[in-house]
Amino acid sequence: MIRVAIPFHLRTLAGVAGDVELEIEGVATIHTVVDALEARFPALKGTIRDPVTRKRRPLLRFYACSEDLSHEPMDAPLPDAVLRGAETLIILGAIAGG
Amino acid sequence: MSTIRVLVGTRKGAFVFTSDGARKNWDVAGPFFAGWEIYHVKGSPADPNRLYASQSSGWFGQMIQRSDDGGKTWNPVGNTFAYDGETGTHQWYDGTQHPWEFKRVWHLEPSLSDPETVYAGVEDAALFRTTDGGQSWHEMKGLRTHESGPRWSPGAGGMGLHTMLIDPGNPHRMYIAISAAGAFRTDDGAATWKPINKGLKSQYIPDPNAEVGHCVHRIAFHRSRPDVLYMQKHWDIMRSDNAGDTWYEVSGNLPTDFGFVIDVHAHEPETVFVVPIKSDSEHFPLDGKLCVYRSKTGGNDWEAMTNGLPQRDCYVNVLREAMAVDALDPCGVYFGTTGGQVYASADGGESWAAIVRDLPAVLSVEVQTLP
Repeated sequence: MIRVAIPFHLRTLAGVAGDVELEIEGVATIHTVVDALEARFPALKGTIRDPVTRKRRPLLRFYACSEDLSHEPMDAPLPDAVLRGAETLIILGAIAGG
Repeated sequence: MSTIRVLVGTRKGAFVFTSDGARKNWDVAGPFFAGWEIYHVKGSPADPNRLYASQSSGWFGQMIQRSDDGGKTWNPVGNTFAYDGETGTHQWYDGTQHPWEFKRVWHLEPSLSDPETVYAGVEDAALFRTTDGGQSWHEMKGLRTHESGPRWSPGAGGMGLHTMLIDPGNPHRMYIAISAAGAFRTDDGAATWKPINKGLKSQYIPDPNAEVGHCVHRIAFHRSRPDVLYMQKHWDIMRSDNAGDTWYEVSGNLPTDFGFVIDVHAHEPETVFVVPIKSDSEHFPLDGKLCVYRSKTGGNDWEAMTNGLPQRDCYVNVLREAMAVDALDPCGVYFGTTGGQVYASADGGESWAAIVRDLPAVLSVEVQTLP
């Protein structure tokens, strides 16, 4: 089980109040986690990755285990602590803008 | 008695106002999609309870929302806007060629006859269409791949397709406008397009007769006379009597010929409304006085309509999508400001009152006249 924290506006779109727990088949990566998020909450499709290029949206970041994973390959395995459910994968919106 | 529904897009959400035909007392619902930029909300002429909204964010990209109950509830539909085929390039600010990149949907234009069909005008400029109620969007690439495309360049606000007019008598004819490429017309259902910018004069453009490169802000027509077009350009109010083949200036006695909105009275095809704005870098009303100007002669002769509008210390803007008219008699006229006011006139512009005063900056205003 992977625990994922998503930004306020995406929680509103998905209709959830807190973190999301996902079961991932195979290797858990940022891509497979986002795939699973989009499958469970279709309203989130395209909000984290550009739906055409599948690249991370520039003002979103990925964090886990106090590490910034935003520039890691999105198909790299997530840290063990995230895989075990001990740590949360945080999808964070940049604190920017007006 | 008729009901009026006003659909308002703002920098931080959408709002829906309703009133009876008297248009004095308004119910305000919203914000919907709070915190998101709502570039445009528009209802289907074929099913007025079917509404579409363009919801976007610098963080989370583009969403399209659909309501089947007149704006009470909404559901997200498809949000994939993929250019069809080779993306190509257009002119960038530094004169180099730059690849087309989808950024957002500026304008949604529902079909006049089918609530499932909607056209979307997007930035970077292209035309998309859905025929399944917004679930999937497909580019009509004849516009973007026009041979002049590599010469299109963005205005300060981006290279967006913002205006769409569908000819009520000929569904194969449509007009669109792009900042800052100009106006285009199709006569074959969007397969091919013709630039319609002859007669536009744009200061500082090296070739005054350039086929493209004009900063068209908005085009409007009266549905009974779709060959007669009115245009608010970056400078000048323009008119065409031949479906855009040629244009002539009708700015006449306006105090400034810059502005963004333009619209036509619902029952008087020669009555036109504009809101003059001080150009170029200030973009607020002249002398702090907010005025709608009305021409009852198809342009040239304009009168200031100020009753009920602030005549001192007013420094808002009125953006290109932010004016609309209803179909009642007398005709109602509505516009929204970057200061968050939405003004309504129930008497063809003679007098004005604010429906609301403190919304986020208003990006778009549309009106539905319901039986």
